Amino acid sequence: MTTFLQSEFFHNYTRSSSAIIGSALMALFAFAVLAGPFLVAQNPYDIASLDLMDSYKPPVWLEGGDPRYWLGTDGQGRDVWASILYGARISVFIGLVAMIASCVIGTLLGLIAGFYGGIADSVIMRIADIQLSFPSILIALFLMSAVGTGVDKVLIALTAVGWVVYARTVRGSTLSEIEKEYVQAARVAGLPNHKIIRKHVLPNVLTPLIVIATIQVGTFVLIEASLSFLGVGVPITQPSLGLLIKNGFDVLFSGLWWTSVFPGVAIMMLVFGINLFGDFLRDELNPRLK
Amino acid sequence: MRDAAALSPLLDVRDLRTYFHTFAGTVRAVNGVSFEVGYGEVMGLVGESGGGKSVVGFSILGLIDSPGKIEGGKILLEGQDLVEAGEERLRTVRGREISMVFQDPMTSLNPLHTVGQQMDEVLRLHSDLGTDARHKACVDMLESVGISRAAERLKAYPHQFSGGMRQRVVIAIAMLASPKLIIADEPTTALDVTIQSQILKLMRTQIADKGASMILITHDLAVVSEMADHITVLYCGNVVERGRTRDLIENPAHPYTRGLIDSIPDTTERLDRLSQIPGSVPDIRNLPTGCNFRDRCPRAQALCAKDEPVLTPQHDGLLAACHFPLKAGERP
Amino acid sequence: MLGYLLKRLIQMLLVLWVVSVIVFLMMSFTGDPVFMVVPIDATDAEIAQARRLLGLDQSLMVQYWKFITSLLQGDFGRSYVFRQPAMTLILERMPATVEMVLVAMVLAVVVAIPLGVYAGANPNGRLSRIIMSSSLLGISLPGFWVGMVLIYLFAVNWGIFPSSGRGDTAEILGLRISLLTWDGWHHIVLPAVTLSLGTMAILLRMTRAGMMEVARQDYMKFARAKGATRGDVLYKHGLKNALIPVVTIFGLQLGDLIAFATITETIFSWPGMGKLLIDSIYRADRPVIVVYLMLVALIFVVINFLVDIVYTLIDPRITLK
Repeated sequence: MTTFLQSEFFHNYTRSSSAIIGSALMALFAFAVLAGPFLVAQNPYDIASLDLMDSYKPPVWLEGGDPRYWLGTDGQGRDVWASILYGARISVFIGLVAMIASCVIGTLLGLIAGFYGGIADSVIMRIADIQLSFPSILIALFLMSAVGTGVDKVLIALTAVGWVVYARTVRGSTLSEIEKEYVQAARVAGLPNHKIIRKHVLPNVLTPLIVIATIQVGTFVLIEASLSFLGVGVPITQPSLGLLIKNGFDVLFSGLWWTSVFPGVAIMMLVFGINLFGDFLRDELNPRLK
Repeated sequence: MRDAAALSPLLDVRDLRTYFHTFAGTVRAVNGVSFEVGYGEVMGLVGESGGGKSVVGFSILGLIDSPGKIEGGKILLEGQDLVEAGEERLRTVRGREISMVFQDPMTSLNPLHTVGQQMDEVLRLHSDLGTDARHKACVDMLESVGISRAAERLKAYPHQFSGGMRQRVVIAIAMLASPKLIIADEPTTALDVTIQSQILKLMRTQIADKGASMILITHDLAVVSEMADHITVLYCGNVVERGRTRDLIENPAHPYTRGLIDSIPDTTERLDRLSQIPGSVPDIRNLPTGCNFRDRCPRAQALCAKDEPVLTPQHDGLLAACHFPLKAGERP
Repeated sequence: MLGYLLKRLIQMLLVLWVVSVIVFLMMSFTGDPVFMVVPIDATDAEIAQARRLLGLDQSLMVQYWKFITSLLQGDFGRSYVFRQPAMTLILERMPATVEMVLVAMVLAVVVAIPLGVYAGANPNGRLSRIIMSSSLLGISLPGFWVGMVLIYLFAVNWGIFPSSGRGDTAEILGLRISLLTWDGWHHIVLPAVTLSLGTMAILLRMTRAGMMEVARQDYMKFARAKGATRGDVLYKHGLKNALIPVVTIFGLQLGDLIAFATITETIFSWPGMGKLLIDSIYRADRPVIVVYLMLVALIFVVINFLVDIVYTLIDPRITLK
């Protein structure tokens, strides 16, 4: 631990205000996601805890605000603050799980393509090329329109979109790694492929993935929000931040802005934090990858 | 003639200090360097990589960018101090009075502009010639550096030339406004060995034709010993030895110079005599006290750790910064 | 050159073919479109009849063959909802989308390039830091949410701009264009601004990174050693080099704009093909979705091709082969 505190990485971290703000925002969300239900009295999904008498209360600093609901309530008397805390759990969960799934699948495919080459390589990379020439949001939208709404389906769609970048990166670094003499030597010595990959290739191709993975969580949160906003993302029973915005949009024209604006602020803070920290990581770990 | 030139040199660099202020500390890349370049003279600036040679070149042209800064000293061009000169004045010096040839011809030309555009730029900046006259000047210049079908080649892009040809183009650009001084920073290091001598020959004839002077920056003592009239040896941002080429090569006074000379492969002798200087250049941010070279020096004694040696006259008119210099003919 | 064009054409057709297979498969595995066309109280016999009419009783291979041959013959199917040719529906709405995307792109370029050049040329300046933080914020914002906030402020609260629709259009060569009328411009401001923000931020960051990369190059210092001013060096030697990576992502950004137009059009009720796609997804109007995807795939493939051509025009080192 002391060696980490003395490292150049940590030194630069303490000097980078954007890295500190970024990680503070991420920590804030980690806390909110873990402790959210204990921070608020109301469970926004428990109909029994909702009171229609409390519907459409504005934020507490506006006239008619209710101190119990400092960010106001929606049409069912649901506390906007509580909805955000619960919604953030879903958004962050989807972003993280989809990132991990993309990373695992993409890395595997990239290793296969890079290490074995041949047909597997051409097929995987052709698919990746074609996929990359289309915007991810459109691919995800199309997949969701085909499979229907649901958290699991959003995860599938995001993973289908997200694996490509890992596969390409891992393939590239694998190719340059297996050129190196020590890997050649291990091959000549008859070390089985899976051991070469595990011991020599994998550890050396993982660093650039850290940056990609960090930033991808933010990207996924945004894509999920867009899908849910369009009504093809998460179901109404599991409202993510994006779905909260959609629900708020329906009443925006009556001037009830707070039900949609605050969830958007939450997304912005989350993704901004991730991007700030991701930028710092990229400069530290991989100065050439810009 | 020689004497007159020696009295008032073309370029007189006095106690130049160029520092780089980085987060990790101040790098004294050039730390009190002095030398002179006479009219029509070739001055070799020699040292290992990391010795601050290139920084001297960029300092003369005022091309030191942040976090670097010239912290002290004078750079007198015909008596006028370039350190004190403003950017306006420096722009008329660059390319017009002093021009520079870079190490890597593959990167010193703009890939998106034709060779002609890049040559023409110099004349537009430094002459009142019209379009046709400029074009003719470019054609003539390109031919004089040995590129045939020059008019046609002006329309080509740098990537259509080989490395050696590109360096010829760079030299053509450098010579175009007939400057008084050329700073050549490792002009042949990036080239094939066979091309190197061609380029050196070209530079020598170009300079002789125009009566220009040259500072030849290199790590290759063999190259300067053929080209230069005088040699200045740099180590860790300091001048450790200065003198006329023949004297310095034959009987160096500084052990570092001796080491550099001994590491030149000599084709006339057996290869097993080839030696190298032990150790490596120290971290320039944490220089030792006393003499910077003492950790690698076979003659180092207690005094070397205490006091930093200064340039003092030696045999044959050499100047060396060493407490225990080599006598003429002596080996360490 | 001709060989290159031929090769590219084959590549493009190959991509379109792969897209057609994927689109077809996804559509076949999900849901049963027969229920979209039969009345809710249809008998089994009627359903079977409809299925036969739609060709859904045949094997996948046969269905795909029919699908692809009718596509090639210009028969793109009829919308289940509008009972009109799907292609006509989309083409009618295309000008609206194209004009919004173009305005957004121009806006993004006009703002992003100068700011990116400035931030790249003065990386440590105060203004540069503000520009960079804003651009990072720009890629961290959900675009649809920005649109909503703009609607709330400018339409609901202040009433400066309309919140929805396309306004008056003028007809030229059979196309309805809103950029020809004052009312049209009035309507396009908010959606175009919303749509452009993400692309603006990305182009800005690319331009800045390009400028900073270029500033380190030897030829920049060499140009200064010739006596050129710092500004001259930056703009005459640097800018063109810095913009090469920007051009390479230009096509992708245009694609992104078309994709995100679906969301922007939905928020602003902009009658373009993106909103049609979303509406068709709600209504499971399969033929419209398929035609939209195939058409957009074609557009992307063509854009990528054009970007490659532009790329070779800027960079003499690249030759078409």
